[in-house]
Parts: sequence; structure tokens; C-alpha cells
Amino acid sequence: MSDVSLRVYEEDFRSINLSLAKLLRESRSRAVLLVDRSGELITFQGEIGRLDFIALATLAASDIAATSELARLLGEKEFSAIFHQGSYIHIHLSLIGERIILVVIFDERSSLGLVRLRVKTASEEFLHLFSSVFAKVEAQKLGEEVLLGEDFRRSAEEEIDNLFRD
Amino acid sequence: MALINYSSREINCKIVYYGCGLSGKTTNLQYVYNKINPAVKGKMISLATETDRTLFFDFLPLELGTIRGFRTRFHLYTVPGQVHYNVSRKLILRGVDGVVFVVDSQKERFQENLESWENLRANLSEHGYNREKIPLVIQYNKRDLPNILPVSELNRSLNHQQVPYFESIAIHGMGVFDTLRAISKLILTELSSRK
Repeated sequence: MSDVSLRVYEEDFRSINLSLAKLLRESRSRAVLLVDRSGELITFQGEIGRLDFIALATLAASDIAATSELARLLGEKEFSAIFHQGSYIHIHLSLIGERIILVVIFDERSSLGLVRLRVKTASEEFLHLFSSVFAKVEAQKLGEEVLLGEDFRRSAEEEIDNLFRD
Repeated sequence: MALINYSSREINCKIVYYGCGLSGKTTNLQYVYNKINPAVKGKMISLATETDRTLFFDFLPLELGTIRGFRTRFHLYTVPGQVHYNVSRKLILRGVDGVVFVVDSQKERFQENLESWENLRANLSEHGYNREKIPLVIQYNKRDLPNILPVSELNRSLNHQQVPYFESIAIHGMGVFDTLRAISKLILTELSSRK
């Protein structure tokens, strides 16, 4: 499981984004994000000023990781959801299957109850969509095609030499 | 475990700086953050104690730009080095694409380096990784101090795999970018040959 890159193809990405947009609308939230459990942002919908979504994804994954360990310590398999309440902005995090985190950021235009309700429905959709993504990755592993190749590596190394220096 | 989004044409790779407490992991990231082209870096996050010891992790996102149509990012993390933070170290290693093992070259830290090296192997193994197969470089840090072990001796004890190694004085930046370039290229080689 651990060295399988998460590869998202166009048709899956479109479906995932459509489901995310629907969740954003129906939960009346400010932003919704899908984050890989290792801390990488997969995609998001909505906006909150100049919020750094990459930082948010990393911290959300860390939050889930720490909470999962707490759960294990207490004899639970997982805590299925985390909610943080702010004065104006709140955040709800939940796991989709084993690898994906759904983050919903909302304010007084929504409510925790509504977010929970919509997240429950959306989670089933995302579980199905990501099952398809992972199945394709597994199928690709058996193929011969090298997906990025030498040209990419050479170009990337040039950039690295250019940027990673004093 | 790189994230490759063929639809949005993005590649994200995770590099983890590992090593015993106070070996120079955070110092590496801070140096990169301070020196690198501002257009390349994002916000650096440090979850640390009041005395600036890493509590959970440091995080620094770097963006190389668009390469062959792919927006390519390297995300740098450090782990907390102190022994009792092993749970956190394990969590941060999840999804790692490459590791920089930062060694404190001082004689009196030798045992801790060895323990951290074994700890890396064990924690990688829990995630299904093999320390002998994952992209890895070793950085022998603090080469400016008087009571250090020779690189040859450190290599004999740690570098059985004969991975690339670099001498460094991270606090002054020496060896920091050399190390980062090396691990990034190793990851790219792995990625571009992966099916």
C-alpha cells in the first residue's frame, strides 16, 4: 500500500470536483477540500480570502494523524470525525476510507448538523469514486508504460540545479 | 508516495528530514527558507515547543514551476528528533518519497545517531517502506565543531547502503542545498522510472 502513488486521471478528477461542488453548495460551507492522508492537497472547491490551502492540507492531515493515534491509545479504531469550533469559522474533518480526508470549512451560514448530514452522503460518493481511482492505480502497476519518463526527469533536474542553490 | 494528478497536471513529492534531536533538521529547512528564491517557497509551518524544539513537524513547500506540463512541488518536512516523540515521527513518515538523514557529527552523539538510524528503519518498515530501497541521502552535519568523528568512521557505521552523503554546517548553509539537490534528483529518478 505505501509506495503506490496516488494518480488522479481526468475523468475521475472531474467527477470528484463535481461531487465536491455539490457538497459545498448543499452544506452551505465556505470551502471543502480533499486531502491525502500524507498531507497532500488533492483538490478543493470554494474560497476563503487568501487562505493557504497547501498549509491547511498539511495541518489537517496532521490533525487526523494525531487524533487517530489518540483513538488507538483509547482502544478505538478511529475517531470518524473531528470538529473545531471557532468564533466565526469552524472546521469539520472526516476520513473517507483509509486514505482520504474530507475537510469542510463553514461559518454562521451553515451549521454543524447540516455539515454532518451532507458529509455523510458525500462520503459514500467519494468512497466509490476513490475506490475507482485506486483500482486504476493497481491496474497501472501491471502495465509497461512509464508514466513520467526521462524527459521529465532531465527537465526537472535542470530546474533543481537552477533553484536549489545559494 | 507522490501525488500525481494527471487532470490538474500536478506532482507533489514529500521529503522528510530525519535524525536525532538537535542534529540540524530544522536548521536545514530554515536555511532553505531564508535563502531560496521567494517565488519558489510557500509558508513555512513549525509546530514547536516554547524553546523551539520541534514538537510535531516543520513543513516547507517548494514549487519548481511547470515542468513538461506538470506543476511540480517538493514538500519538505522535519520530524521531532527527541526519543519520546516516536509516535509523531511515524506519522510524518507516511507517504514519504525521500529521506534526508541528518547526523550530528559530534563524538558524544554517536550512539543517538545509531539509534535514530535504526528507528528510521523500523518506522519506515511500519509503513511498508524499505530503508534500503527508498531514495535516501545522509548529511553529516556540524562539521565545524572540534569534537567530531571522521566522515570515514561515520560512513562505516551508518552508510552500509553507500547512499550519497554530504558534509554540512547547516547553521551556515554549507551542504544544505547540495543535500536538497541530491535527494530531489533521487526522487525524480525513482518517479520517472516508475510504472
